[in-house]
Amino acid sequence: MFKTPNGKEIFVVDGHTHFWDGSPENQSNIHGKQFIECFYAYHTNLSPPEHLWEKSKFEKYSAEDVYRDLFIDGPDDVAIIQSTYLSDFYKTGFSNIERSSSMAEKYPDRFIVNGTFDPRDGEKALEYIHYMHETFNIQGVKMYTAEWNGPSKGWKLNDPAAYKCFELLDKLGIKNVHVHKGPTIIPLNLDAFDVRDVDEAATDFQNLTWIVEHCGLPRLDEFCWIATQETNVLGGLAVALPFIHTRPRYFGEIIAELLFWIGEDKILFGSDYAIWTPQWLVEKFWDYQIPEDIASERGVQLTDEIKEKILGLNAARLYNIDVEAKKKALAANPMLIAAE
Amino acid sequence: MENERSTDPKLAEVWARLDRVMDPELDEPITDMGFVEGVTVHDGTDVIVSFRLPTYWCSPNFAFLMAEGIKREVDALPWARDTMVQLEDHMAAEEMNAAVNAGGSFADAFEELRDGEDLDALRDKFDRKAFQRRQEVAIKALIARGQSVPHVLATTLATLQGARFSDATEVRQTGRYLDLLQSRKLAVAPDDPAFPTWEGAAITEQNFKTYMELLRSVRINMEFSGSLCHGLKRSRYKEVDLSGDTPTLVDFILQGKAEAPDKRSPPRR
Repeated sequence: MFKTPNGKEIFVVDGHTHFWDGSPENQSNIHGKQFIECFYAYHTNLSPPEHLWEKSKFEKYSAEDVYRDLFIDGPDDVAIIQSTYLSDFYKTGFSNIERSSSMAEKYPDRFIVNGTFDPRDGEKALEYIHYMHETFNIQGVKMYTAEWNGPSKGWKLNDPAAYKCFELLDKLGIKNVHVHKGPTIIPLNLDAFDVRDVDEAATDFQNLTWIVEHCGLPRLDEFCWIATQETNVLGGLAVALPFIHTRPRYFGEIIAELLFWIGEDKILFGSDYAIWTPQWLVEKFWDYQIPEDIASERGVQLTDEIKEKILGLNAARLYNIDVEAKKKALAANPMLIAAE
Repeated sequence: MENERSTDPKLAEVWARLDRVMDPELDEPITDMGFVEGVTVHDGTDVIVSFRLPTYWCSPNFAFLMAEGIKREVDALPWARDTMVQLEDHMAAEEMNAAVNAGGSFADAFEELRDGEDLDALRDKFDRKAFQRRQEVAIKALIARGQSVPHVLATTLATLQGARFSDATEVRQTGRYLDLLQSRKLAVAPDDPAFPTWEGAAITEQNFKTYMELLRSVRINMEFSGSLCHGLKRSRYKEVDLSGDTPTLVDFILQGKAEAPDKRSPPRR
């Protein structure tokens, strides 16, 4: 719950968070080491200095850290935890569904844990989707098309093997597909940022909702084009939002483009925890106004109503969260705060 | 690095050539980005240039374009007999260094990463984006001086060449815009229009607004990469500016990293 300076309570769904283990003990090789170091560079580069973490904590933090940072010190009401395996780099996976789900069990009502799969695993990928559905009743998945898998350095959403997996998701009612399309972490082919495969997959799977994390940046124009055409394509603000601190005017240009093209109902807040913690992001976002010249050029405004949608109501809609019921359930659970 | 430039004339010449190598994605000189790690000249004829990028994962094709650019520019020095380019701390460093220094192509080095596209097409795409970003600065500069849209669109090559700007970005980008305009033969004669599209078409008053939106989106994308790359490079190698400021937490956190050479050069496979 975020309380505005006027005392208004804002319901916050953090659409993009992680519970990872990038520690040296879990790294399989130099790639695992470089991957978490790159994340750490994002953290040190775009966080306000008072929110910086020690490297060792950043590599591996506890369930208690997550709970405190998101819900006690932070404004989140519900957080969506994404799974990312990077099996070629990390022994037990970078952030696996079992570990995240055991955290979610400790803190009922707080987490939605999404799964993941790698279509290049063929039949095994389909079996794994069944396993996640039956064991964890997942409502969504996170796709990392840049993941390495033996000799393959990536895949596309419109690959035939991926389509088999999406058909199964559709059949099982797993609706939300989050896709990492942003700054390249593991580059593959000549244009690793490409978002065009989203277009094709979203057209062919109208029942699925496609949430493009990082809004395709630095391919914002291509993302906007696709998300404007396809009603089932949305954008997640993770990575774009921290610019609100380092380069506020630039953030204004991004959010103005998004509001103009894809509209206020298709933008989701995400802190990308633990790269960034949500409290400062939400505070700054609530305070923020698009610079006047940019707003008038684009004819858009970032009103309180729009901010409320972006911070929680849009994601609540996707994940069938009854906001009033959820607020009541959380208010009835003060024990969890005392337990800290 | 500035000291190196001033003490040895040959080093200064190499650095001046390196100023001409761009990060293709950002359209900024690799020297401004701080990518060039070191330059040495051996026996007065053999040059070694080492460079490193903001992350271990930076796209190999972009890295290759830069490595190739470094080799091309330094080779152009009449006294340079042998140029060796060394990319450091990158996942594809070994393969890339071997290919560039043997004069090979990106395709040879990264057969499995090619995925059907070729590097020439990519080069052309980056040139187009550089053109559009520079052009936006020039057009906006004229508008900011109070010129009407028809007036701006009627600007000729000679007029733009004669225009004087005071803002540093405007001066720099307009100059670079004119370079590209002429080297690409998009404007040749003095009364050729100064603001054609990359395809050589005219911008009309009717489509001006839409066209400027295109230029804006090109800029937003490039700026995202640019500011991220600047910051990540600093964070990775702890190049935070400490002038006059008391150290912050980031300095203490990163101190260990900056002082441990083994961490700066991860072991090669």
